[in-house]
Amino acid sequence: MLIFSIGFSKNKMSETDSQNNFNKLVKYQNLISVSFSALVLLLYFSFIIIVGFKPELFAPMVFNETIPIGIVFGISIIIFSIFLTILYVIISNFFLDNLRKKIEQ
Amino acid sequence: MNLFLSFTSLLLVPFDTFAFSESKTTNNYAILTFLIFVITTLIITYFASKKTKNKDSFYAAGGKITGLQNGLAIAGDYMSAASFLGISGLVFFSGFDGLIYSIGFLVGWPIILFLLAEKLKNLGRYTFADATSIRLDQFYIRILSSVGTLLTILLYLIAQMVGAGGLIQTLFGLSYESAVIIIGSLMIIYVSFGGMIATTWVQVIKAILLLFGATILAFMVLKVNDYSISKLFNEATTIHRKGQDILFPGQLIDEPLSAISLGMALIFGTAGLPHILMRFFTVPDARSAKISAAYATGFIGYFYILTFIIGFGAIVLLTNNSNYITTDGGLIGSNNMAAIHLSHAVGGDIFLGFISAVAFATILAVVSGLTLAGASAIGHDLYAYVICRGKTSEKKEIFISKISTIVLGIIAIFLGIIFEGQNVAFMVGMAFAIAASANFPILFLSLYWKNLTSKGAFYGGFIGLLTAAILVILGPIVWVDILGNANPIFPYKYPALFSITAAFISIFLFSKIDKESLSNKHRKLFEKQFYKSYTNIEK
Repeated sequence: MLIFSIGFSKNKMSETDSQNNFNKLVKYQNLISVSFSALVLLLYFSFIIIVGFKPELFAPMVFNETIPIGIVFGISIIIFSIFLTILYVIISNFFLDNLRKKIEQ
Repeated sequence: MNLFLSFTSLLLVPFDTFAFSESKTTNNYAILTFLIFVITTLIITYFASKKTKNKDSFYAAGGKITGLQNGLAIAGDYMSAASFLGISGLVFFSGFDGLIYSIGFLVGWPIILFLLAEKLKNLGRYTFADATSIRLDQFYIRILSSVGTLLTILLYLIAQMVGAGGLIQTLFGLSYESAVIIIGSLMIIYVSFGGMIATTWVQVIKAILLLFGATILAFMVLKVNDYSISKLFNEATTIHRKGQDILFPGQLIDEPLSAISLGMALIFGTAGLPHILMRFFTVPDARSAKISAAYATGFIGYFYILTFIIGFGAIVLLTNNSNYITTDGGLIGSNNMAAIHLSHAVGGDIFLGFISAVAFATILAVVSGLTLAGASAIGHDLYAYVICRGKTSEKKEIFISKISTIVLGIIAIFLGIIFEGQNVAFMVGMAFAIAASANFPILFLSLYWKNLTSKGAFYGGFIGLLTAAILVILGPIVWVDILGNANPIFPYKYPALFSITAAFISIFLFSKIDKESLSNKHRKLFEKQFYKSYTNIEK
């Protein structure tokens, strides 16, 4: 594959194409990596900061006054994290792989 | 191969005599289940040893592990007995506070997937130092990474060994020393003969057993409570002596800054654990590396939700039952026994035996992964690249790695026995702090920051490492609780906030004053690495 790409790189057009695709790949890949990471960190640290600074925010009870909102929030962070990893793999492995294939050629 | 068999028989003889000569606390179902696990894994190790002929197979299982298998193996590597028994025990005593740890241990995983997994796989081959040193001075970076790895591994190993010795003493009626020796010997056999292939399968089998056991346990708890979480919480708050308080944040975090610092240690420490990072090299490509991280997040997250249910179930089913509870409200055995006693309460001797054997298998899988990562750091990073400067034969390197496995195993047994009965919980905290303050910053910056230089990484990394270690020693846990001084010199239990900051600032400053950052060659190398990290193509 590599030998081919060197062979073809004499063609000016395909080289800039490949560079454009690479820039696109970096852009989208970083967009999901950074925004998803920021989302997880934001949720987690707001949980931690509430526990540390304002635990009374976790006092209200939900679901017919049986389950405290703090536990619901905590468990939701775990479930949401799992959901985000699945979404990330779908975007990166299915949509962005098309770009990677174009770059390889 | 004769060597393999004689090692194995050496191990099984003392095991038999120990196991069946002991007192009435011995549970035969536990021994049976555990023996089946050991025999199965030894058979796997035997076949793995035939395939373990070169570096690729020894360190990375030939890159032939699938995404699902690796996801299970990562979960098996990461879900330690400490998190299974420790967190369910914490929930049993304090309720909500257990959740703080569970979430912290989990959220490192999405971060690893989003920022590290793909690039690590594209750049590295066997150890994470392969990736960090790709454009930097091999000599400096490998020294730093292997010191960071070995310290993390040893601290983690001692904590596992001491915990395991005590646990197995209670569950199997073995003496503490023989428990530690059995674990150490089995781990030496798995790793030195079967390398990454055997280690992976030990972890996969353990993960399946643990997930299965925890699922049954949580299911039984829900069944007793009519499948209603509301009822479970209601019963628990009625019976627990802290009452309603168990549903809210308690005493675990009394100090906000500590909370943030602990959170950083858990997240970035996880992302800097060498035995975990190494697992990403066992799959064929970046695609499967990402899939395995997503599977791992799913399994680990599911597991932590189960431990929370198990902890609350233990409150409902064990409290006031004198078979499990001491007169002053503690758990018989140790404070980690909540899940174990619960298994007996819901499933009798057979299920208790199964869960006990799973706990034993859990420890084995974790220590094997740790030992393999330590041996790789010695053989691959220190011997091949630092001592031989990259000029050594594959055979010699593997030989050194295998010898290191045996030496690390013996050291772990020795230290495990020395530290019997000591408070070693701080060692896991220190391992996470060091991983978060030395391994993680170097890995992260080498992937993303073009101005990082070899000297910047080297000095900055060591400053992070030393800051983490020293602040743990000067903090309340070691300086006051263990060394018996009146007041801590450093006021916080968890130093990660300060040591990670120290690492990033000093890496930045040392890189800035390093002339290497100005050279054209430096910039070109980063561009090449950057391209490869996204595409796996050499530019």
